[in-house]
Amino acid sequence: MAAKRHSRRRHARERYLRIVGLSAVAAALGMLGLLVVSLTFLGHSAFVQTMVDVPINLSEELIDRGEPAKGNYRKIVTEGFLNLLPEIQARGERREAGKILSPGARWIIKAAVVANPNLIGTTHTFTLPLADPFDQLHKGVIPRDVPQDQRRVSDNQIAWFDHIAASGRISSPFNWGLFFNADSRFPELAGLAGAIAGSFYALLVCFVISFPVGIAAAVYLEEFAPRSRWTDLIEVNINNLAAVPSVVFGLLGLALLLNFLGMPRSAPLVGGITLALMTLPTIIITTRASLTAVPPSIREAAYGIGASRHQVVLHHVLPLALPGILTGAIIGLARALGETAPLLLIGMNAFITSASGGITDPATALPTQIFIWADSPERGFLARTSAAILVLLGFLVTMNGLAVYLRRRFEWQW
Amino acid sequence: MAMAQVAVEMPEVEPEETFKMLGRGVNVHYGDKQALFDVSLAIRANQVTSLIGPSGCGKSTFIRCLNRMNDVIEICRVAGDITLDGRDIYSPKIDAVELRARVGMVFQKANPFPKSIFDNVAYGPRIHGLASNKTDLEAIVVQSLSQAGLFEEVKDRLHAPGTSLSGGQQQRLCIARAIAVTPEVILMDEPCSALDPIATARIEELIDELRKDYTIVIVTHSMQQAARVSQYTAFFHLGVLVEEGETEFMFTTPRDQRTQDYITGRFG
Repeated sequence: MAAKRHSRRRHARERYLRIVGLSAVAAALGMLGLLVVSLTFLGHSAFVQTMVDVPINLSEELIDRGEPAKGNYRKIVTEGFLNLLPEIQARGERREAGKILSPGARWIIKAAVVANPNLIGTTHTFTLPLADPFDQLHKGVIPRDVPQDQRRVSDNQIAWFDHIAASGRISSPFNWGLFFNADSRFPELAGLAGAIAGSFYALLVCFVISFPVGIAAAVYLEEFAPRSRWTDLIEVNINNLAAVPSVVFGLLGLALLLNFLGMPRSAPLVGGITLALMTLPTIIITTRASLTAVPPSIREAAYGIGASRHQVVLHHVLPLALPGILTGAIIGLARALGETAPLLLIGMNAFITSASGGITDPATALPTQIFIWADSPERGFLARTSAAILVLLGFLVTMNGLAVYLRRRFEWQW
Repeated sequence: MAMAQVAVEMPEVEPEETFKMLGRGVNVHYGDKQALFDVSLAIRANQVTSLIGPSGCGKSTFIRCLNRMNDVIEICRVAGDITLDGRDIYSPKIDAVELRARVGMVFQKANPFPKSIFDNVAYGPRIHGLASNKTDLEAIVVQSLSQAGLFEEVKDRLHAPGTSLSGGQQQRLCIARAIAVTPEVILMDEPCSALDPIATARIEELIDELRKDYTIVIVTHSMQQAARVSQYTAFFHLGVLVEEGETEFMFTTPRDQRTQDYITGRFG
């Protein structure tokens, strides 16, 4: 009887433990889900962009065939757009109506003409972005049913916009500009290309430095260093380093790399070095753990047939530890990708309107771009901030997925 | 190493040349704990010497001194004299790596590398530069596998992973791997303890054949196995070499009471 009661109590306890564990997992997943759902809710509208088809007369009077870059594109665009609203004649109204189109439209046309001078002298229909308030109006973010002085668009502008929309010229295609444009003052033109390039170069520098140095340090500490007070001290300090707030590494980068060594400000090179300092302890710790996880029997086998220490390490231990090392490196890099504070301190939050072309060009990174956009007052940046966070999360998920894949694919089954 | 003050009492008639290896006054410490006390033991050439004794008696520790595998363990200190062909293997002039090529080892648990069968055997010859070309290397691999009695079973899948073999085959692969570097002595640390009786029998036959070409030292838990495979037996107890001699006499007429108790199963 007692045995039965005992067994019942044991089962109950097991059930209880399982429920506790499951609810913990559910809570964690729920929070992640909440984050993603709220980001999607806020950011989904940034993945489409309201555009308008405008026939533009690229007359030779306004563009010199010899120097297409010097044409008066502002006038060309304004005239082309206002031709859609022929009933507007008053100067003030024309100004007001012109604001419906993005101020950046003239650069889009300029780029198209410079790329293809044969367009000069023809009338060509361009699909141009609307200015941010009208993008938001079309997406329903700006309400129509409030008094005029409480919204950024006037009743007249709404009427004109509706007139154009009625002619079927308004479309909402996928916003490729979000990925292929660099940053801009105008939300409708702002994209992540500069931030993605900056993050890529910074991570490249970070990887090139921290991966070999981290592995070499870990292999030395784990396989060659004699156990002594010194190695213990080093170990403790590596663990400490892993816990140092990242802003401290940013200050180090600022003081040492920028002020003392005079490296270029806002450059992915400096960002990468700073992130490498931060990633190094993670890589060392995970590499050491993977090296320890290699069964001692393999070392013995190699020693037993007369392999030297470095042969044991290079031929056997390191290859077997590699999946774990790679996983650790990718997780370290993923952390570096999301790191903001050190990049702010070395100026990678600058306003840069062209994608950086190398590791010494000024650039932003994804997290700092999010920071910049989150700070901007325009309605369009609100959605773009969430969209940028989703893009960053996408990269993180991809990297961590790659880490899991590598571990599964190359892990040795003992 | 300089502690060679212990003169060994060896049977008078035996000239030292028949000793392939000779340990004199070997003391081993793991940190503060002493694992071997003044052990002196001769390993005779082309004979199988088995080391028996209860768990923790120091037999594995002793065998690991013979190819300096204990060097790898940081807290381990070895004192005393061990010679191979009359030369001190712990002398600074001897490279432990070269020594281990001459004194090979097979471990308790089969530990093939996670590589192909071929590469498992070829690894040793490769790192020691024993083969000048691919044909040579293949010849060494085939010969080693044949000597280990494994070739017929694996000849069609030399490039399958070594870990895909059965336990007994893996252990024979490890033996092939050890003999591929043409050692003079093969140390076997309980090579059959993880195998079934049939696989054990195969290994025991193999040991008997290998005796022609190699000197073999085997640690075993099983007195029956010691009796079957070895010509000489040494009995260890609590880190002390209690008794050693020809296997036949050890098992029939032990001189020490402790040996008597152990082989009759009174403790173990």
